Amino acid sequence: MAIFINKKTKLLVQGITGRDGSFHAKEMKKYGTNVVAGVTPGKGGTKVAGIPVFNNVADAVAKTKANTSVIYVPPAFASDSIYEAVDAGIKTVICITEGVPANDMMKIYHYIKHRGVRLIGPNCPGLISPELSKVGIIPGNICKRGNIGVVSRSGTLTYEVIFALTSGGMGQSTCIGIGGDQIIGTNFIDVLTAFENDRSTKGVVMIGEIGGSDEEDAAMFVKKKMTKPVVGFIAGRTAPPGKRMGHAGAIISGSSGTAADKVKALNKAGIPVATSPLELPALMTEKLKEMKAKKGTVKKTKTKRSTKAKKK
Amino acid sequence: MKIHEYQAKELFQAVGMPVPPGKVATTVQEAVAIADEINRPVMVKAQVHVGGRGKAGGVKYAENLEAAKIWAQRILGMDIKGLPVNKVLITEAVEITSETYLGIILDRVTKCPVIMISAAGGIDIEEVADKTPEKIHKLAVNPRVGLRPFEARNLAYKVFRDIKLVRQVTDIILKLYDVFWNVDASLVEINPLITTPINQVIAIDGKVNIDDNGLFRQPEIEQMRDLSAEDPSEIEAKKAGLTFIKLDGNIGCIVNGAGLAMATMDLVKHYGGDPANFLDIGGSSNPEKVLNAMRIILGDPNVKAVLINIFGGITRCDDVASGIVAAVKELNPEIPIVTRLTGTNEAKARKIMKEISLPTAPTLDEVVKKAIKLAGLNEE
Repeated sequence: MAIFINKKTKLLVQGITGRDGSFHAKEMKKYGTNVVAGVTPGKGGTKVAGIPVFNNVADAVAKTKANTSVIYVPPAFASDSIYEAVDAGIKTVICITEGVPANDMMKIYHYIKHRGVRLIGPNCPGLISPELSKVGIIPGNICKRGNIGVVSRSGTLTYEVIFALTSGGMGQSTCIGIGGDQIIGTNFIDVLTAFENDRSTKGVVMIGEIGGSDEEDAAMFVKKKMTKPVVGFIAGRTAPPGKRMGHAGAIISGSSGTAADKVKALNKAGIPVATSPLELPALMTEKLKEMKAKKGTVKKTKTKRSTKAKKK
Repeated sequence: MKIHEYQAKELFQAVGMPVPPGKVATTVQEAVAIADEINRPVMVKAQVHVGGRGKAGGVKYAENLEAAKIWAQRILGMDIKGLPVNKVLITEAVEITSETYLGIILDRVTKCPVIMISAAGGIDIEEVADKTPEKIHKLAVNPRVGLRPFEARNLAYKVFRDIKLVRQVTDIILKLYDVFWNVDASLVEINPLITTPINQVIAIDGKVNIDDNGLFRQPEIEQMRDLSAEDPSEIEAKKAGLTFIKLDGNIGCIVNGAGLAMATMDLVKHYGGDPANFLDIGGSSNPEKVLNAMRIILGDPNVKAVLINIFGGITRCDDVASGIVAAVKELNPEIPIVTRLTGTNEAKARKIMKEISLPTAPTLDEVVKKAIKLAGLNEE
């Protein structure tokens, strides 16, 4: 039944009267997301595409029972918006904003840690559970309902992968961009855990990139804890060290965070890594077959044993 | 963003951390005048944004004014790992009895500033971390609470025994944390922090990297940006609102989104080409941005073909197409331009592109292969 967002999602849009906020509020509503409210201080009482606008999050939540918030406000105010959503009792917060200072994010991370809040982003495209709900900016028309989970640190590269999956006849349970910053609320392991526990997800595509060690940690997690097949892609094999490749988090520091290290870690954990994103559907098909075959053998041996037991 | 050692030391001094007296010079005369003012043996230190200055001959000891002059002459204008040295720091040479490493980094795993201290100072800390990680003592600071004096003191005790030294180092750790937090740093480092024969603790080197996302509220730090240390095409791109990184290859790349831009570059390499750059035109795609992107890329004489790969989401393909048409008309490129525009408003884009009829390809892999082929690189 998808992860993090679904038909029960009641969405609040923070920064709904801004250029990006209003455009995407309409897009999300068009897609079928239950957008119940918007917030822009000073614009309370107005409407955007029929969505009521409030002056603050607490009022919006009290009136509309919003349970999820998406943030489109400029970087200087984004952290304040996250605090406001959390203090108003919202448990799922998605921050699209790019350029939030890492210092602010460190403080937020430790503030929400014990409050049971799921923060996705910042600097992310959000997520979509095809045909159920879309929160963020992932184009809905390239997605299709199905059973593959997609998790990525990127935006457009994710679209490329989703498009390849859809074209290859593979629908998705949920596609989620966790963000390209150094300090993000939800990491690969959080999402992989959710996919592992989600009955509608049969396999996961994981798209990483240079910088940090999240991919390496995720690989260990897959090896130890996951029963579902995972295939991967790592961007940045040609990235020079010390340069920030667009995303704040995409930087090779000294000798750590290289694509080669990440590919190695994934392979070691039994995760095949595609050279081109277009190879991912084929890799996934192969992995799913492999899993099925394995399951088959497990069942066979079980029945054999039981017959033996009976004979005894 | 990186700042120079002398600028880092200015930040240290501003909060009362002990650094040796010194000033920065851009000419030999200035360098000699500063050395004269210090009136003791000095160090002449190249100010460049690259590690390993010492090994490259960019840091020298000068016993007297004559030596200071000779070294300033040699180091100013020197080339260290491809970067020209335009400035030298002239600073008092201090007698060293011990060298300690002290640094604070933004740690992605714990989501905390992590303080590191090691008695193995003065050398490359990555090497220490690699070979003898047990020699580095670490502390993750809860960013909501901040660094408390007892924590700093306990760290100081990991390396020092003498309470007089412990007190000085504790004070330096606390102040360094303030610098880290107040300037939105992603890294602050003193390597080495030294002790002198009379038991003084002094920061004789300093490195500060700033989180670019914090720059909007750090106008004083932004003033420290050394444009001469940056690639001119990268400065031009920044002004145009593009994220651009110059590389040495021959296939120019224009892509929307950082991840897709990297993936495109990787495929260029995979299929036998060499990317000339990383370029992300960003989310909102006004045609002007595309024109600027083309201008920057076509200005690179190494580029043999341009590859434009757009997966429209917020970026609208018709906007990009208008930009490409304008660029081709205005810039008259002599090299092949291969495009792939897919996603939002793709059909409209195709109509616009009819005007100039450039080679196209339907998928990521195919557009890369075509660009390499048309660049004449893959003829076997």
